[in-house]
Amino acid sequence: MLNSKIPEGPLKDKWTKHKAKLKLVNPANKRKYHVLVVGTGLAGASAAASLSELGYNVKAFCIQDSPRRAHSIAAQGGINAAKNYPNDGDSVYRLFGDTIKGGDFRAREANVYRLAEVSNSIIDQCTAQGVPFAREYSGYLENRSFGGAQVSRTFYCRGQTGQQLLLGAYGALMKEVTHGNVQLFPRTEMLDLVVIDGVARGIVTRNLINGKIESHAADAIVLATGGYSNVFYLSTNAKACNVTALWRAHKKGAYLANPCFTQIHPTCIPVHGDYQSKLTLMSESLRNDGRVWVPKNKGDQRCPKDIPEQERDYFLERKYPNFGNLVPRDLASRNAKMQCDEGKGVGPTGQAVYLDFADAIKRLGEKTILERYGNLFEMYERITGVNAYKKPMMIYPALHYAMGGLWVDYNLMSNLPGLFVIGEANFSDHGANRLGASALMQGLADGYFVLPYTIGDYLAPRPFGQIKTDFAEFKQAEKQIKEKTDYLLHIKGKRTADDFHRQLGKLLWHKCGMARNEAGLKEALKEILKIRDEFWKNVAVPGSGEDLNQSLEHAGRVADYMEFAQLLVQDALHRKESCGGHFREESQTPEGEALRDDAHFCYVAAWEFQGLEKEPVLHKEELKFEEIQLAQRNYK
Amino acid sequence: MKITLTLKIWRQKNSQERGCFETYKLPEIDTDMSFLEMLDVLNEQLTKEGKEPVAFDHDCREGICGTCGAVVNGQPHGPLASTTLCQLHMRHFKNNQTIVIEPWRAKGFPVIKDLVVNRSAFDRVIAAGGFISVKTGSAPEANSIPIPKDHAELAMDAASCIGCGACVAACPNASAMLFVAAKVSHLALLPQGKIEAKRRVKNMVEQMDREGFGNCSNEYECEAACPKNISVSTIACMNREYRSSKP
Repeated sequence: MLNSKIPEGPLKDKWTKHKAKLKLVNPANKRKYHVLVVGTGLAGASAAASLSELGYNVKAFCIQDSPRRAHSIAAQGGINAAKNYPNDGDSVYRLFGDTIKGGDFRAREANVYRLAEVSNSIIDQCTAQGVPFAREYSGYLENRSFGGAQVSRTFYCRGQTGQQLLLGAYGALMKEVTHGNVQLFPRTEMLDLVVIDGVARGIVTRNLINGKIESHAADAIVLATGGYSNVFYLSTNAKACNVTALWRAHKKGAYLANPCFTQIHPTCIPVHGDYQSKLTLMSESLRNDGRVWVPKNKGDQRCPKDIPEQERDYFLERKYPNFGNLVPRDLASRNAKMQCDEGKGVGPTGQAVYLDFADAIKRLGEKTILERYGNLFEMYERITGVNAYKKPMMIYPALHYAMGGLWVDYNLMSNLPGLFVIGEANFSDHGANRLGASALMQGLADGYFVLPYTIGDYLAPRPFGQIKTDFAEFKQAEKQIKEKTDYLLHIKGKRTADDFHRQLGKLLWHKCGMARNEAGLKEALKEILKIRDEFWKNVAVPGSGEDLNQSLEHAGRVADYMEFAQLLVQDALHRKESCGGHFREESQTPEGEALRDDAHFCYVAAWEFQGLEKEPVLHKEELKFEEIQLAQRNYK
Repeated sequence: MKITLTLKIWRQKNSQERGCFETYKLPEIDTDMSFLEMLDVLNEQLTKEGKEPVAFDHDCREGICGTCGAVVNGQPHGPLASTTLCQLHMRHFKNNQTIVIEPWRAKGFPVIKDLVVNRSAFDRVIAAGGFISVKTGSAPEANSIPIPKDHAELAMDAASCIGCGACVAACPNASAMLFVAAKVSHLALLPQGKIEAKRRVKNMVEQMDREGFGNCSNEYECEAACPKNISVSTIACMNREYRSSKP
């Protein structure tokens, strides 16, 4: 059993008491400690800025050309907080409860409560940074509703909330570059974690412009490298999002938890061709005013406006009258798939459902809809060529978020001392399904308000600066990376890394996507080995390792997906229950809803790497629900 | 629908060597493809021929990260207004059309390889003052400072800048005024940003000049090229702020 180091005492006092007891580093000593922060999204940028403000020496790394481009920027809808400004009954406890329930009881109560507790400070912090949140005419902040909640607690900046929050955190980071202790490494990719005597001591990176392999030693390392949805090839993630930092840390001993908990977002623009490089998400906030429907009759090819009201099935409103179109993402996605599987899907591929704004436009007028969703309607038209004010949108689910990630304890430290993991890269707060507007909340909670406290507790009793990059462990890691790079460049096969990636993604989508079963997962395991085998014999990587080589970067990431995919499927195979985004066809209620098996699976599955040829070892962290009663989720 | 294209693409090995245009024929391009997917197809083809693919920056492919960008037939981000290159679709091109694709060209943005340029000058301009210096933990309750809705909306308009650099590429003087002005205006419009306003505008403008960006001569090319419709009125706002920052 893993020790999550959850503090004793009543849930609502845990974080306060814990903070009071955490060891502190003397201000004069903080500048002697070095911390590496990998990734500059919401979690990484906020952590790097906050740590520098405290006085630590920080090196911040990102693969993009600027920290402002991390994928947090693409989050659209909003960020939750328990401010209760609308006076509609919200509270820290309710936000906590909704998040636990939304996560289908597979998240850690203490972490989620802390998340809800610090949510209000995030809104304060971001407002002070100049984040232009939406406001009422009174000048006070405005809220909107999101899936899985019956209160309005989401703060937003039009459809660009992630962008504005990230630019806030980026501003804070750049302030520290000028006035504080942050050294920035853009276009730099982490390729290995260096562990000495069981403690994380540094990383090895590749400079993406000149190919130089470099080592960085530090007193603590923070991974904020985001999620792994791109293992499915088509996802809503940016093209550069990858699993490499997580996977290489995992191969060095960090446990990977619940990799099979992947979120499929219900409102994306449907796939339309083989050349497609990514999927585009339309914010879930659209479900506030849009109504989801399909024709009642299979294969109804009529234009949507010619289908009369009584021949339409508003299936979410029909099945879940209480939450209607605002059910959590996993339910909305799975129900859309069920309708399409029954042959009621619409559009040229039959893999889409309607999201209709006609009623909302009638009720509120086109102007209000334009104000609320103008940029989303524009985006839809730009991609599809269709005007959604006149015709309903077509949507279909797509891979969007990874709830799984590296295992961390209550202090956000992995099982490897000195390695902290924050934001989407860790597994901790969303259980088996994340609620909308909670990713931004978690990234910033970890970076601004949790890690800056807990990292001090780790550093305080330790002597600083003991490790140098000329230690053998660093040289060894550098050598291995160079060998791997050379190997990839010398295969000179016939297929591109992209081609392999697409093949792997398609396999996972069909066998380990919205619905999974034992036979399919077992087939997937065999297929993955075959694809991986061919990859290492037949991949074509042109160019050299000594300059900007995007083919080489991508090939290295695809190589890691090939290994990681195996663990993802193994985890899905072992978890015989359905929960949240993980739907095992063998485990469902008579109505076709996900059926959890709390007697056998009420735990976090944290996997330890044993080598590619060996089965990984499963470590369990038992989940105890002391506040919220374990119950079958019911959104009806 | 499928179309056939002729591409003339700027190829440059690195920042030292001279570049030149190379011509490629691309048949059977589906008009539902995005511009970057069309380049993916070309790169897939080049890789299979054992040639080096065209290096181009891209990431989110949904028009928000600001990573992508190239000058297409003389226009930054191509012919469609208010659209980043990744959101430009091939339905806006004709069969047998020749498309000329070049990197952003500006002294402040040296070419790294092919279509990839170094925009770190923008980071340095922001680092000079494009923020509010509030430390984590010291913020007051968010609703303690009401902000008129119209001010918040104007601030949001300016804050929408994605830092892609199209404004610089479009300007005959390679000026970065629109980029700098967007940040200055965003923060100057908010009460929280007023405290450091004078120092901010002065430092950012000085850094902009040091990076080798040119001055504004009211061509309005930047506004026309901006994928996020940032208005040149932000430049007026910046000039006003700059004037009032002088003793």
